[in-house]
Amino acid sequence: MIRFKFKTITLAVSLLLASFAPLFGAGSGGELLKVDWSFKGLTGKFDRASLQRGFQVYKEVCSSCHSMQYLSYRNLGESGGPEFSEEEVKAIAASIEIEDGPDSQGEMFLRAGRPADKFKSPYPNVNASISANGGAYPPDMSVLVKARPGGSNYIYSVLMGYEDPPAGMNLDDGVYYNKYMIGNKIKMSSPLSDDIVEYTDGTSATTEQMAKDVTTFLTWAAEPELEERHRTGVKVIIYLILLTTLVYLSMKRVWSRVDTEV
Amino acid sequence: MSDHEYTPKSKIGKWFNDRLPLLTLGSHLTDYPTPKNLNYWWTFGGILTFCLLTQIITGIVLAMHYVAHADLAFASVEHIMRDVNFGWLIRYIHSNGASMFFLAVYIHIFRSLFYGSYKSPREVIWIIGLLIYLLMMAAAFMGYVLPWGQMSFWGATVITNLFSAIPLIGESITTWLWGAYSVDNPTLNRFFSLHYLIPFLILGLVVLHIWALHVPGNNNPVGIDIKKPSKDTVPFHPYITIKDAFALLMFMIIFAGFVFFSPNVLGHSDNYIPANPLVTPAHIVPEWYLLPFYAILRSVPDKLGGVILMFGAIFILFILPWLDTSKVRSAVFRPIYRQFYWIFVIDVLMLGYMGAMPAEGIYLVLARVGTIYYFLHFIVVLPVVGLLEKTDPIPMSISEPVLTGSADPSLARKNNDKI
Repeated sequence: MIRFKFKTITLAVSLLLASFAPLFGAGSGGELLKVDWSFKGLTGKFDRASLQRGFQVYKEVCSSCHSMQYLSYRNLGESGGPEFSEEEVKAIAASIEIEDGPDSQGEMFLRAGRPADKFKSPYPNVNASISANGGAYPPDMSVLVKARPGGSNYIYSVLMGYEDPPAGMNLDDGVYYNKYMIGNKIKMSSPLSDDIVEYTDGTSATTEQMAKDVTTFLTWAAEPELEERHRTGVKVIIYLILLTTLVYLSMKRVWSRVDTEV
Repeated sequence: MSDHEYTPKSKIGKWFNDRLPLLTLGSHLTDYPTPKNLNYWWTFGGILTFCLLTQIITGIVLAMHYVAHADLAFASVEHIMRDVNFGWLIRYIHSNGASMFFLAVYIHIFRSLFYGSYKSPREVIWIIGLLIYLLMMAAAFMGYVLPWGQMSFWGATVITNLFSAIPLIGESITTWLWGAYSVDNPTLNRFFSLHYLIPFLILGLVVLHIWALHVPGNNNPVGIDIKKPSKDTVPFHPYITIKDAFALLMFMIIFAGFVFFSPNVLGHSDNYIPANPLVTPAHIVPEWYLLPFYAILRSVPDKLGGVILMFGAIFILFILPWLDTSKVRSAVFRPIYRQFYWIFVIDVLMLGYMGAMPAEGIYLVLARVGTIYYFLHFIVVLPVVGLLEKTDPIPMSISEPVLTGSADPSLARKNNDKI
């Protein structure tokens, strides 16, 4: 009896979920490339080395156009992220010149970056970034992975999706063909090519490797809480299952005084 | 309520209770005679109370960190997600909590539809419930605007523009709602204010909803009136409290699954793009729980007609107790209504699906068929089936179908299987 009821509840819930599933599939061009990311699944974690390499790709390639305004340099040293050491974080921040002020004379001044500073944006404002990039806004990358249907797979696919346009397709200057981009046209030229970055850990910098690393980094940037979330989630659900079992047994005990099943 | 005698044991208790009978109320709530045959569909009232309190508590904390300004709202949400201790957890509970709230309220409403809980003498409970549902939709819609992402902005634009369909004064009303000549900072400010207010209005209505429930008492799967208290009832505490607790915990496991393992699956990815009045998203879709009504809105070629039908789809529920002509409450004993009930469920799910799809081609056709059927169900099916249907024999008491020792064992067994 009780099992039957749960079946009905499960069925109802899954029907409901299925009824709004189409919301999340729609969007991009072709079928996305799928990567077996280490951060997927109930206990998924980021690959630390990949995050550090991904940061290097971001810093040396992406950051010349794309801002990441909601992150601070200190985040790079926090647990669950690339986990650079305190000295490394200080050094990364110090290598950036930040405008601060006004000082006591009312003047703005430049100083070395500190871990508490937000990531410095490549352009002073959105209009400047649009004007410098042929009329296309290079989106801020802080939550980019969450802002695209398909998430990490989409970002990876776009990075890997540059091809020659199919015959008969004419592209304007500064427009490129991308198999996975919505509408297949993109104003960013292929940002990655083999060995564009020289990895400090000796990993061979193939386009595929860099695309994977930078996507991992961007996923962390969008969801810095991911590891803690997964860890806490497993504990919470185990706790709830234990408590539910205890309450179920108590309920059976209490209701045994009545001639009705629960 | 009136037949409840209670005297506190302690002197202080008696002194206090004579001045403010809170202890009498507490005793009434714990002793409240409840039908013993309530199934798990009846546990959603408690679950909904939990949802409301969860939304209020997490919401109050979020409001401590959120900034209701068009230039700062998006950044303040990211501040909550990154810098506030457990901010990500509080926000994900709140945003997924809205979905869980609606999941529970839909189950609660469809339970009422199946077992005829809206019928005499429970019409007022039903109507208060619908008012709560309306306020929930308003609160959810305004809450979705607060992060000031693309879907926030464009959802707000689409919904507020509906009022411009009203002849003559429509445009003025829309401008008045916006506080500007488009959705802008004043709109965000008032939506935040109202989003904070509405949950407390809901809380007040919930008190009335429960008060109205405690006058006739619960309906039950058999749908018959029962003597209270009697061998057909159990005291609310501990029997119903522990059963509700068990069901709530099951519900919380699903809830936690969303919060910890796919916190954004019920949202739309466009809402992580900051609002931009110059770029319209390819498909503007509301949150899943509003999709059936969105499908009805779009299925009418005329804007005003669409708005009228959409609101009509909700307001027709208010007269449901008088549209359903059957004296028998529970669909368990209504073989014909039972089939139409499930067709109606499928119709609403289909409308939800069409609401998520672009309004063109086959989707539009099906949305129109679904819309017409939605209204036919209330205007034609319910009154006619109620009059013509030959209902199954109804047991005299709850104990009859439950106990095998009844006068007619075959009937007892049959009913037992059904419930």
